[in-house]
Amino acid sequence: MHAFEYHRPASSKDAVSLVSKKPEGRYLAGGQSLVQAMKLRLSSPSDLIDLSALKDLTGIRTSGSTVEIGAMARHAEVAGSAEVKKAIPALAALAGTIGDRQVRHMGTLGGSLANDDPAADYPAAALGLGATIHTNKRKIEADKFFKGLYETALEPGELITSVSFPVPKRAAYMKFKNPASRFAMVGVFVADFGGKARVAVTGAGPSVFRQAEMEKALSAKFAPDSVAGIKVKPDGLNSDLHASPEYRAHLITVMARRAVEAALK
Amino acid sequence: MTIKVSMKVNGKAASAEVEARTLLVTLIRENLRLTGTHVGCDTAQCGACTVLMNGKAIKSCSIVAMQAEGAEIMTIEGVARPDGSLHPMQAAFKENHGLQCGFCTPGMVMNALDFARSHPNPTEQEVRESLEGNLCRCTGYHNIVKSIMAGAKAMGGKI
Ligand SMILES: Cc1cc2nc3c(=O)[nH]c(=O)nc-3n(C[C@H](O)[C@H](O)[C@H](O)COP(=O)(O)OP(=O)(O)OC[C@H]3O[C@@H](n4cnc5c(N)ncnc54)[C@H](O)[C@@H]3O)c2cc1C
Ligand code: FES
Ligand code: FES
Repeated sequence: MHAFEYHRPASSKDAVSLVSKKPEGRYLAGGQSLVQAMKLRLSSPSDLIDLSALKDLTGIRTSGSTVEIGAMARHAEVAGSAEVKKAIPALAALAGTIGDRQVRHMGTLGGSLANDDPAADYPAAALGLGATIHTNKRKIEADKFFKGLYETALEPGELITSVSFPVPKRAAYMKFKNPASRFAMVGVFVADFGGKARVAVTGAGPSVFRQAEMEKALSAKFAPDSVAGIKVKPDGLNSDLHASPEYRAHLITVMARRAVEAALK
Repeated sequence: MTIKVSMKVNGKAASAEVEARTLLVTLIRENLRLTGTHVGCDTAQCGACTVLMNGKAIKSCSIVAMQAEGAEIMTIEGVARPDGSLHPMQAAFKENHGLQCGFCTPGMVMNALDFARSHPNPTEQEVRESLEGNLCRCTGYHNIVKSIMAGAKAMGGKI
């Protein structure tokens, strides 16, 4: 790991102003992606601005129609939250499938979205539920947030403060795990907002994306059969030693069908 | 350039002057000379480096020491009773042959302590799921699962 300077500001205002003075500085949330990347020297920031003392980035608040979760909420906290389990059980369950216990004790919602790993789970929930990402400057719709491989709409130094997830009628997430890393080889999040369905796919492309054909079919009728026959084209899907684009395309349909089944249970 | 890091380790105040890039596991093993915490992979996969930070199991190879500034850390050296007798979870590993070479064992025990606190009477399935972040190259896991089930019962939800 290359040398850097460490900072732990006490307020998000200080964090933002620090990062604006350090062009090569980066925020540090749980470190479960960033510290790994730094160890491999894939990333070598001049400064790390640790967000762990920022109280305004924590907490989970539910109103009737949305669940708002602070950017620094750890995966384990979301997975175990009685409020999230009640309002959007699929979101709590998704958080509980990320990595392993130890990773879930450190990793955060904001870090996962900002990182936008092509195989990460939270982006599927954010896009599948049509979440809003709150930053120190503005609100960004999930539809406009995920731009491509590890690329988001965040500007340099922009800080995610919280994310609000609309509460659907029903939803579920199905993940075909890479057995070694437990990241999603393909993960599909389906949500039914009553006559309007959303389907978000992670792990399959350079970044999370919506599946329009499935959304149309599920909006007409939210049932496993609506998606079971849909053949997804492999064009543009990821190819690596774990799976070919054709296999990933096949998995999208299988995971979507299983997710709809699970949502209806 | 160095920076001062202070925390409580196994109940005692500990501090050191380190480079900011020092990993928590490096601080524990090299500065504090607590070599019971192992490094199996250094890539966040194996869990041999698991310690408790404010009561929660984390991989100490995956955070920098400064992230633990002001925290309470517990390593395998802090687990046995003050008179040297084994903690019920350690005793359960011994009874049930939960280790062979023993390399993974400190991480297994630390993760199990945290898990057992919220699962005083876990099912086999729950125990197997709790081991997602811990690898063992020797035992085939079967006796580790048995050990944790027995240890969790003996602990009764308290570390
Ligand atoms: C063994 C292992 C297995 C894993 N398995 C999975 C898995 O199955 N599924 C999955 O989804 N993930 C997985 N992960 C990744 C894990 O979920 C990470 O915790 C997460 O991707 C990043 O969150 P973090 O809090 O650790 O962020 P960090 O690593 O601290 O930061 C990641 C990036 O986000 C930026 N950032 C952090 N917070 C903010 C903020 N509030 N505003 C703006 N930018 C910010 C940082 O500057 C950095 O660029 C795994 C990780 C490990 C080590
Ligand atoms: S050494 Fe930390 S997980 Fe392997
Ligand atoms: S006992 Fe040898 S690695 Fe687990």
